[in-house]
Amino acid sequence: MDLKSNIPEGAINEKWTNHKFNMKLVNPANKRKYTVIVVGTGLAGSSAAASLSELGYNVNAFCFHESPRRAHSIAAQGGINAAKNYCNDGDSVHRLFYDTVKGGDFRSREANVHRLSEISVNIIDQCVAQGVPFARDYGGLLDNRSFGGAQVSRTFYAKGQTGQQLLIGAYQAMMKEVNKGGVTLFTSREMMELVIVDGKAKGIIVRNLRTGKIERHSADAVILATGGYGNAFYLSTNAMACNVTAAWRAHKKGAYFANPCYTQIHPTCIPVHGDHQSKLTLMSESLRNDGRVWVPKKKGDTRDPKDIPENERDYYLERKYPSFGNLVPRDLASRNAKYACDDGKGVGPTGLAVYLDFAAAIDRLGENTIRARYGNLFEMYERITGSDPYTSPMSIYPAIHYTMGGLWVDYNLESNIPGLFVLGEANFSDHGANRLGASALMQGLADGYFVIPYTIGNFLADETPGSCNSDQSEFKQAEQDVINRVNTLLNINGKRTADDFHRELGMLLWDKCGMSRNAEGLKEALEKIPKIREEFWKNLKVPGDSNNLNSSLEKAGRVADFLEFGELMVRDALHREESCGGHFREESQTKEGEALRQDDKFCYVGAWEHKGENKPQELHKEKLEYSAIDLAQRSYK
Amino acid sequence: MSDKINLTLNVWRQKSPKSAGKFEAYDVKNVDVNSSFLEMIDVLNEDLTKKGQDPIEFDHDCREGICGTCGAMVNGRPHGPLKNTTLCQLHMREFKNNETITIEPFRSTSLPIVKDLVVDRSAFDNIIKSGGFISAKTGSGQDANAILIPKPDADDAFNSAQCIGCSACVAACPNASAMLFVAAKVNHLAKLPQGQAERKSRVKSMVLAMDKSGFGNCSNAYECEAACPKGISVANIAAMNKDFMKAGIFS
Repeated sequence: MDLKSNIPEGAINEKWTNHKFNMKLVNPANKRKYTVIVVGTGLAGSSAAASLSELGYNVNAFCFHESPRRAHSIAAQGGINAAKNYCNDGDSVHRLFYDTVKGGDFRSREANVHRLSEISVNIIDQCVAQGVPFARDYGGLLDNRSFGGAQVSRTFYAKGQTGQQLLIGAYQAMMKEVNKGGVTLFTSREMMELVIVDGKAKGIIVRNLRTGKIERHSADAVILATGGYGNAFYLSTNAMACNVTAAWRAHKKGAYFANPCYTQIHPTCIPVHGDHQSKLTLMSESLRNDGRVWVPKKKGDTRDPKDIPENERDYYLERKYPSFGNLVPRDLASRNAKYACDDGKGVGPTGLAVYLDFAAAIDRLGENTIRARYGNLFEMYERITGSDPYTSPMSIYPAIHYTMGGLWVDYNLESNIPGLFVLGEANFSDHGANRLGASALMQGLADGYFVIPYTIGNFLADETPGSCNSDQSEFKQAEQDVINRVNTLLNINGKRTADDFHRELGMLLWDKCGMSRNAEGLKEALEKIPKIREEFWKNLKVPGDSNNLNSSLEKAGRVADFLEFGELMVRDALHREESCGGHFREESQTKEGEALRQDDKFCYVGAWEHKGENKPQELHKEKLEYSAIDLAQRSYK
Repeated sequence: MSDKINLTLNVWRQKSPKSAGKFEAYDVKNVDVNSSFLEMIDVLNEDLTKKGQDPIEFDHDCREGICGTCGAMVNGRPHGPLKNTTLCQLHMREFKNNETITIEPFRSTSLPIVKDLVVDRSAFDNIIKSGGFISAKTGSGQDANAILIPKPDADDAFNSAQCIGCSACVAACPNASAMLFVAAKVNHLAKLPQGQAERKSRVKSMVLAMDKSGFGNCSNAYECEAACPKGISVANIAAMNKDFMKAGIFS
């Protein structure tokens, strides 16, 4: 099957405007006859549920959390980009578009990114109208800061809690619609299966995590806004329950999975402390605005950082990238930290850390200014590590943070399964091979507030409302599949826990498919993963039963999917014999060790089709074309 | 920094909402003082699972102190001994070798126990649903800088808006009042010009929803502020009461 991206005709800055006019509309009186399922209530899901209900559609919103406000969007710290040019520093829609395409290392879909940049300004207006308390200056106007990889100040923020404030805004907008009756909320429900009727997505099977009951839900269209797959690596900055299950279930029902090898490693996380670590904590990269990254020049230097004189420190980002310095994009900052540690210059007990030092900024601006900017982050750092960043530099190391790959969608955010739409981190389209800071929140809200409300109408206009019901055989079959799967997991009765398998998979992926990848390691991983999976299905131990709250059972189901997904991620990384953004193949680098793209061979989206259990997926390609920007090798020197 | 400690945990175990619960004692050995409180329970749960016993159910997710999912009473205090800290951000260096730690769920009839340490906080969503929002439909916003908000007001609104909805305030209160949670939302929106149109109806609906959920009233014990991991001030409650009075008298 050909991948039809459905990019509208016309100049890049006219496509979305024209498309909005050309799409079909659903009559206001008819909207209430349609039901839309939204899975996930993070930024993308909540904003979509609220906006669709405001239009008049019936929305059934599902989340596996006990409350929609718990979604992991809440943990985003730094900010949200918008091309408002409030700082008069030369920003524009075109510049945000350009920066985002370049930052994504020319592997995103140009038309989608331009739309995202256009919409960015509306998002800020919407959020302020809802009462999101962004930072302001003394004149009462909104404050902006520059953020990872940008040379203009276009990032709006609410201290280090921007994600929290934006999510609470979207959550409240959705709860307003719950109050009016337009949104029906289903909390503590995990999507276990997608239901397809006559080739179209028409419903889902969920498990009620509190009672264990398996439920069938039908609708006229299904939206997945279920986040990314970073937890495949076991240790990541994702919340504990983040998973690939909903997306993977859809993939196994026919939805293509695009660019799974594009994973983002965030450069500023608190380093691993021990074997029982459950997750990694991000320190916002806004810290790089005032913090300077360095390692000792001498290998194995164990002196206290205060005792290492200036001329024996290597501020390697400032040295290698004089024009961007500490603000280079995330992939470069991460990879260079790895190089420093691989070179034996890492610091701390494990040697897997570099310093992020605020001494110069405190000298220049005073401790109070630094406290006002980063106080909550410094407190968090001290609570976790027991060390005070005002007096001693932070130790940081990269960690898996975000995933740019996801289910393949066309310009309308519709997957190759008609009626299945995918929003936010769960889709693949806007960030290419590397996401710039402060653009995840922008994309999640753009998709939910300002794209799906238009594009879903174009699909629904041709659908007969209520054409399916959950008593149809397709639903019953999918329900039975879920019941069988749950019972299988419970009845293996082996010796190892799901967590144990998860850790084994995660360490393998981090080692062979992490910050730096090569064919040999990837092939090794491809051999090992099926063996781990085989043992999982023979030797898993899940305590308890299926008819009440059983988090071990939830975890087992998610790990089972990671064990399948992980293999696809590695396969994709192996096939992409080039370096781009977060995907660094050692075989493809410049003489200076920078990522080297192979545009003649790999300037496409790799979308994988499921071909059956334990069979290799088939690759489909969507060629990427750039009309408004010239393909160029990135340079941040 | 690689110190290890041994502990005895007294943990509330309860199989289901209706069954009777009781404390069970567990010895945990060689706990890394740099691990978090929840990581310590993770290790215990792995051991229990391997021994064929049911692991302890507890709520948690982000483990960064922002999602509001985690929380339990640790030695009688919501989220444990450290001020302005959620349970997931509490680290074992706060405890001494051979200490006995008592862990139980947040207790209130409005937050019924689901299992072990997990409670049902849907009452909080019901309160937000009743009016904890500004009715600004998508697309209706004017240019964001057309609304000027004095920095002190914006900062005040932000401080109230930091609430993570964890329900520690309810667990700490002798009357199981949810006033701090409700007041934080009322004030977040009341401080902003955008929140004025619905200010009166909002405070009335939310207080009514709170009462309907069975939460108690405030009697100025200030335990909520002491327990709040985000340091939300009780001044919010006074401000909400004022707003509530005004809304009642002048409408």
